[in-house]
Amino acid sequence: MPPTLEATGLTRLFGRQRAVDGVTFALAAGESMALFGPNGAGKTTLLRLLAGLLRPTAGSAVISGSEARGDAHVRGRVGLISHQTMLYPALTALENVEFAARLHGVESPREASLAALERMGIAARQASLVKTLSRGMQQRVSIARAIVHSPAVLLLDEPYTGLDASGAAVLSSMLHELRRAGASMLVVTHNVSEGLAVATHATVMLGGRFASTELVSGMDPAGFAEKYRALAGVEMAAA
Amino acid sequence: MTSNSLTARDTKPQPVIDWMFWLAVAAVAFTYVRAIWFTPTEATQGPSQKIFYIHVPSVLAGYLAFGVLGIMSIVHLWLKEERADRMAAAAAEVAVLFFAIVLITGSIYAKVIWGAWWVWELRLTLTLLLWFLGVGYLVMRGAIEDPMMRARFCAVLAILQVVLIPFVHLSVYFVRDHMHPMPVVLKPSSPSLPNSMLMTFLISVASFLLMSAALIRARYRLTMLRDAADAAEQGGMA
Amino acid sequence: MRPSLIQATWIVARKDLLIEWRTRTAFISAVVFSMLGLAVFYFAWSPTAVSPADLAPGVVWVVFTLAAILAVQRSFSIELLERAGDGLLVSPVDREAIYLGKAIANIIFVGAIQLVTVPVAALFYGLPFGEVVPVMLGIGALATVGLVAVGTLFASMAVNTRMAELLLPLLSLPFFLPIVMAAGQSTQRLVAGRPMSESISWLKMLVAFDLVFIVACTLAFPYTIEE
Repeated sequence: MPPTLEATGLTRLFGRQRAVDGVTFALAAGESMALFGPNGAGKTTLLRLLAGLLRPTAGSAVISGSEARGDAHVRGRVGLISHQTMLYPALTALENVEFAARLHGVESPREASLAALERMGIAARQASLVKTLSRGMQQRVSIARAIVHSPAVLLLDEPYTGLDASGAAVLSSMLHELRRAGASMLVVTHNVSEGLAVATHATVMLGGRFASTELVSGMDPAGFAEKYRALAGVEMAAA
Repeated sequence: MTSNSLTARDTKPQPVIDWMFWLAVAAVAFTYVRAIWFTPTEATQGPSQKIFYIHVPSVLAGYLAFGVLGIMSIVHLWLKEERADRMAAAAAEVAVLFFAIVLITGSIYAKVIWGAWWVWELRLTLTLLLWFLGVGYLVMRGAIEDPMMRARFCAVLAILQVVLIPFVHLSVYFVRDHMHPMPVVLKPSSPSLPNSMLMTFLISVASFLLMSAALIRARYRLTMLRDAADAAEQGGMA
Repeated sequence: MRPSLIQATWIVARKDLLIEWRTRTAFISAVVFSMLGLAVFYFAWSPTAVSPADLAPGVVWVVFTLAAILAVQRSFSIELLERAGDGLLVSPVDREAIYLGKAIANIIFVGAIQLVTVPVAALFYGLPFGEVVPVMLGIGALATVGLVAVGTLFASMAVNTRMAELLLPLLSLPFFLPIVMAAGQSTQRLVAGRPMSESISWLKMLVAFDLVFIVACTLAFPYTIEE
């Protein structure tokens, strides 16, 4: 059984700048990595490489045994959540999610979209234009959009941004559910407790490289925060 | 190291100005000496006819450069060879240069022979368009900072521009009935010139083609030197 | 089941049209711009020196070309907002479907502009409605396909640059030259009451242009969106 999400010597240059420099890791089904690091460490670039949005300068990103930039089927297995919402403000929440569902060839796209919105606790606003929704609600819609096609791999870039306590709880429970169903995840976050709560592995990224990776089970959050401070020279956000 | 890394291969710096350039300069100089002093003046048009020896060779030099631009753009997209992109950019600059010469000399010629600074004659119109295409390419190059994106977009643009040319040629040709009659010198059939003038003409064509190639090569090498200098400067960070 | 090329094209086109329908500002702006352009050109010329009917063909197609550029520009700017375009790229649809979907939406959009403004042009320039308007719309349809095919591709490139609003017209206008000439010359003969058979070479060239560039731009598009 090949790892669901795998990177080998993944490198990306922008001009002469090494944004991602020889990253190698593998996640099996159900495993999830929380990725910590200061701004500019290359976390977002790494996510975009794994999503197939960027071409690697060297190395490879592989999803369930196929190259991330390979044929179209591979793209269907990924769900992406970015800093931006990736939503069209002029369309409603339902239209946005349904559009994503159709693009992925989901059966009964409307029903699946409503279910995804329901799961994120925002079904009541499905007919609202996205531009009328608050940032937190938009984030919920954005997450619904990313999971409507039941992706095998989820790439999340600071998904807790803008979410209130109940939204964060909904997200965490949904991520647990997806993991139990066999999805792999990479979660970029600044928040120690939220990150460690949903992950099996915790990694610190610095200057385009993985500075340290360890298993979460049996980890002491305070000790981890200390180690991070030592590595990165900055504080992490507390719980 | 992938083929995207320029520093790996071009470690030996090549001179920007070398024998080819000086040979081209000598050839062009020779052409002018011969054209001005050793070639008979044409009976009906007088000395201004000698602009022919700059005007037409510049057209061919420009076409050569544009051809290099098109071919190198295809090479870049197909083989992902970054050096092809640098050569395409060099060729674009040289093409714009020579087409500008064609337009200016054509304009002078038009004023002397027909009394008008500009005529919408088939070849001049086509040259003007090619000049615009070249300028558009250079503007695009200036508008994108990321080298990989710049190379890719410019290659796409150049290839589409090459596809466009036959259509513009056809359009201008269709309208030509309404246009100013074509001058006798620029007719498509082989020039009916006496031998000495033909000789000068052929020499001028050869020297301009050589100059075009030399300029493209020089410009390309200049770009490569600059890239190498940038890489060395940031060598500590890489 | 990932959508086929045709299905994906329609999904993308439908989404673009839906967004445009919701806001409608681009459509209204383009229509008003066209009408203003037609009016301004009319007053810039002395009606005694050149009759409006002689002026119309050239003016109309220049104005429509500029309106088409405005229309096409927004085609990709909506994808940059909130990085919604990433959603398209991280889906299993063929890249070509993104281009074709947007091109079809733009063709419908520009076509709708022409449906409104061609009759207005006939009105302003005193052209005989019944004989001229339907044929002009037909010529307009052929011209629109070419304008949009090229414009959509260049919009996808220009939107990534620092000077998108200037770059798009600068790059596109040389390509629009054959289209404007073909449309203008055919319309000229139409207005002068000549039989359409006289314009057949122009129209054939226009069709050839459309086919060649739809194919060329569809093939070129994936190169403009990969990073």
